[in-house]
Amino acid sequence: MSASAPTLAAATPRAPRRSTFRQWTEREGVFSWLMVIPPLLFLIALVGYPFVYGIWLSLQDRPVARAGTFVGLANFVADWKDPVFWQVTQNTFVYTIAATLLKMVGGLALALVMNQEFKFKNTIRALMLLPFIVPTVLSTIAWMWILDPAFSIINWLLRYFAIANPGPSWLGNPDLAMLSLIIVNTWRGLPFYAITLLAGLQTISPDLYEAATIDGASAWHRFRWVTLPLLRPVIFIVTMFSVIFTFADFQLVYVLTRGGPANATHLYATYAFDVAMGGGQLGMGASIALAMLPPLALIIFAMSLYMKPNKT
Amino acid sequence: MIVQRRGWTTRSLKLWLPLGGFMLFTLFPFYWMAITSLKPNSELYNRKIMPLIVYHPTLKHYVDLLTETNFLLWTWNTFLVAVVSTAISLVFGVMLAYPLARMRFAGAALISFAVAATYLVPQPLLFIPLADIINQLGLGDTLTSVILTYPTLLVPFCAWLLMGYFRSVPHELEDAARIDGATRLQTMFKVFLPLCIPGFISAGIFAFTLAQNEFLYALIFLTQTDVRTVPVGAISELVKGDVFYWGQLMAAALLGSVPVAIIYSFFVEHYVAGLTAGAVKQ
Repeated sequence: MSASAPTLAAATPRAPRRSTFRQWTEREGVFSWLMVIPPLLFLIALVGYPFVYGIWLSLQDRPVARAGTFVGLANFVADWKDPVFWQVTQNTFVYTIAATLLKMVGGLALALVMNQEFKFKNTIRALMLLPFIVPTVLSTIAWMWILDPAFSIINWLLRYFAIANPGPSWLGNPDLAMLSLIIVNTWRGLPFYAITLLAGLQTISPDLYEAATIDGASAWHRFRWVTLPLLRPVIFIVTMFSVIFTFADFQLVYVLTRGGPANATHLYATYAFDVAMGGGQLGMGASIALAMLPPLALIIFAMSLYMKPNKT
Repeated sequence: MIVQRRGWTTRSLKLWLPLGGFMLFTLFPFYWMAITSLKPNSELYNRKIMPLIVYHPTLKHYVDLLTETNFLLWTWNTFLVAVVSTAISLVFGVMLAYPLARMRFAGAALISFAVAATYLVPQPLLFIPLADIINQLGLGDTLTSVILTYPTLLVPFCAWLLMGYFRSVPHELEDAARIDGATRLQTMFKVFLPLCIPGFISAGIFAFTLAQNEFLYALIFLTQTDVRTVPVGAISELVKGDVFYWGQLMAAALLGSVPVAIIYSFFVEHYVAGLTAGAVKQ
């Protein structure tokens, strides 16, 4: 080092005091921390602090625009005794589990179909992703019209083929409303599964299939014993993401049903929104939002037990 | 001949039939959106006629949308917010990802974990306390409120995606720059980051579409028509009580989707790379 800079080395054989700060910031640990501190402070201020503040809110009786009073766990006790809260819990589980299964099975099927050679593959893949990239609220508006009580295209088809007249009220009947939400959620989320699983499929070496075929494995056996085990890590990660964001879904329900009819489609997020923003009860709302954490943790824990890619 | 025909039938059954089914399911809502926006009200609300095609297409709903509502202003707001919050997120994302991917320092594992955890925090968990904080700061009904909060969703994502990309870049060039006497900052800006343009495009496109898509914070923080974004404006102002302006709603849905779709179409490969990076890369 000193040999390459003879003049400098002659004048200052040891590091001069003047440049110590410079040397200090050049140290790997110092440089790294100086880099990460600003974004970390940002995240602490706008994620960490609101999270803690949300817990504090949930322990208060806090009407909007007025000072709160500390009530301990009273809000959570009230949630526990609230039949709507339990309805919401059940709705959220039904919605999450049904939509996730549909997306997983449908996404895997679509990925397998697309894992063949065909013309316009890239164009078709790009088109298939559209539901995922178009702003959800805007595409849900189209679904709202598809499911409209009077002018539903589905009901028109049902009438046309004389299956039903006048056809069901898709968003007016509690069970059908939930079914509709699950379908729309599947429509939006399926491309994410399909494209990610397709990318996973493409990393599987063709040699493995060849070897399995030579050993006499049928198409089903190749899928069951080659494809699935190798795809498991990808399926796990995709499903985990999808479960978290489906469990905490807000937009679809807000646009299509607002939680109705008679709370049949309220999820934690929309119910918390109604209580906090509609009813002005910030404390109660915060407690409902926080109540989604334990069941969500439970689902993720159960999933990692069943699906975790293990070495065996 | 027979072999050929058999091949064609199996191929139809194994490829084109299921693919066609999926495409119909995927694309029908967009078709429906487009033709509904072109129908005059007399066709829209007539249950007698076949609804799958337009008989007398009209641009009336588009004209009304652009002249009678603040749609253009909402579009500008959405675009501005998406661009600024994407830029902030990329800068912060690099500041997190570069040290985490390329350096060894005490606390790195903890920070990685914290960033991943932040990414997984669902938005509905934070909107009530954030609404209160935004009010106390006097930021309600300003674009600043969403420009500040969107990066909380985008930074962890950008950092995570960029970390993956940064790890795939070989060390030689940086080592050479360091040996030649470049400081760490110079090495990062002049040598390393220019190598990572594709990573920035992936992260940027993804963050941009997420920002365009955001609804919950915009719905709560932005209640005045002149600061609204397209999704909030459409759902709040084109539905008046029980009256749905279906033609205008569909025109808004279509026009609101077009900017995202165009940008996406230019960078599909980058988008797909970003989408699959986390799950597939080992």
